[in-house]
Amino acid sequence: MKILKTPLDPDEVKSLKVNEPFKITGKIFTARDAAHEKLLGLAEEGKEAPLKLKDYPCFHCGPVMKKENDTWHVVSAGPTTSIRMEIFEDKFMDEFGTKIFIGKGGMGEKTSEALQEHGAVYAQFTGGAGSLMAGSVEKVEDVHFLDELGVPEAVWVLRVNEFGPLLVTMDSQGESIHRDVSEEVQKNLDRELSSL
Amino acid sequence: MDEKKLVEQMIEPIKKAVTTLPKPTMDALEKAKEIEDDAGRVQLEAILQAVDIGESEGIPICQDTGTPTFFMNLGSDYPALDELNTIKGSLRKAIQVATEEVPIRPNTVHPFTGKNPGDNTGINIPWISWSITEGSDLTMTYLPKGGGCTNMSQLTMMTPGRGIKGVKEIVLERIASMEGKPCPPTIVGVGIGGSASIAMNLAKESLLRPVGQRHRESMIADLEAELMERANRLGVGPMGVGGKTTVLDVKIEYDYRHPASFPVAITPQCWANRRVSLKLLPEGSIEEV
Repeated sequence: MKILKTPLDPDEVKSLKVNEPFKITGKIFTARDAAHEKLLGLAEEGKEAPLKLKDYPCFHCGPVMKKENDTWHVVSAGPTTSIRMEIFEDKFMDEFGTKIFIGKGGMGEKTSEALQEHGAVYAQFTGGAGSLMAGSVEKVEDVHFLDELGVPEAVWVLRVNEFGPLLVTMDSQGESIHRDVSEEVQKNLDRELSSL
Repeated sequence: MDEKKLVEQMIEPIKKAVTTLPKPTMDALEKAKEIEDDAGRVQLEAILQAVDIGESEGIPICQDTGTPTFFMNLGSDYPALDELNTIKGSLRKAIQVATEEVPIRPNTVHPFTGKNPGDNTGINIPWISWSITEGSDLTMTYLPKGGGCTNMSQLTMMTPGRGIKGVKEIVLERIASMEGKPCPPTIVGVGIGGSASIAMNLAKESLLRPVGQRHRESMIADLEAELMERANRLGVGPMGVGGKTTVLDVKIEYDYRHPASFPVAITPQCWANRRVSLKLLPEGSIEEV
């Protein structure tokens, strides 16, 4: 299985194809609804983001965290439903140039177009498998907006070792497993409804 | 009853609820893994691995430890009826302590200010639902249902003339349209009849029945089995990557409806079908059921 290292190599990301499993070693950051809004808001005001979002995968995740002796630890950290970020992700790529988004449930056509434009991919990590993901975290490097957004919505910067398996479900060529499954499901639904 | 003692006894069961899965759910997941191949199988392998890690390391299987909710079955002859306020207070306190100690994710957010108090409480949260039954026992189920699957809930005020065929159409259309979003394979809870709010409650309460256990009435049991079979022919598959297992079960509960209304409520439960059921003895000790 391919292991991608951060800072990400744009050519390597671009070469990932749908159905390809891979892992990540290096740094990732979490961002879900409120963090997307916050980061895009900062950019609009002309302010710098607190880390280089271009070089690291964005993980749609609100983890369970624990603080012991002033150090944060990840307890459980699976993906959240990515489609909620559909309203942000094209702008997020335009603004920050992020190349890999990790979540669950897939994203829509607007994101698919932006992935093509930016040579980026969307990958799925098994929803609910938060305990499995936590095992790949070596260190919590940083956290941003914790007081303002709370634990689930804060931007956590995590050092991970072989985080995965991640499955590319939307690639930079415009392919999408979610679109394919959707079409198949619609056909199956029509068949079931006509036999009721 | 001693509130402090009650709170102490609640932490372990709350931890158990979020770090393990009930056996019928595990059996259904194992069976699903055997019949899936390719991407669907990989998803199920990761799911089973996550459950293993959760249980062996005592950490939440899924980071979304849900909106804390308790379903209480109160026997009208329960000897400690004058302690209900203490019990209510203990559940709230237990959730606050468990948030720190298990830990579970602080999941309550003020809808208008966005502020998260950090301890899983808020107006009416933890939600405690009481139903009065016969007998002298007080039993409760803690159901930490996640947000991803809850977001896929749907209420349809169906035209009564569509009949049972209409119910089947609505359920199958919903399972198809939610695709991978509610973390399939799901258990689909369906509530029929009553009013809008009653139907939604029934849908959620139907999820309290264990996976594989059919409705007590054969007519409803048959409908559950038919919908389950058809849902698994839709091809959504584990985590929406395609496959034969879209649902682990379909559950239906119903009440009588108004002649003009036919509410059909749906709420899916993700594969992380977590819960713990307890009996609260009148002198203040807790037993797992």
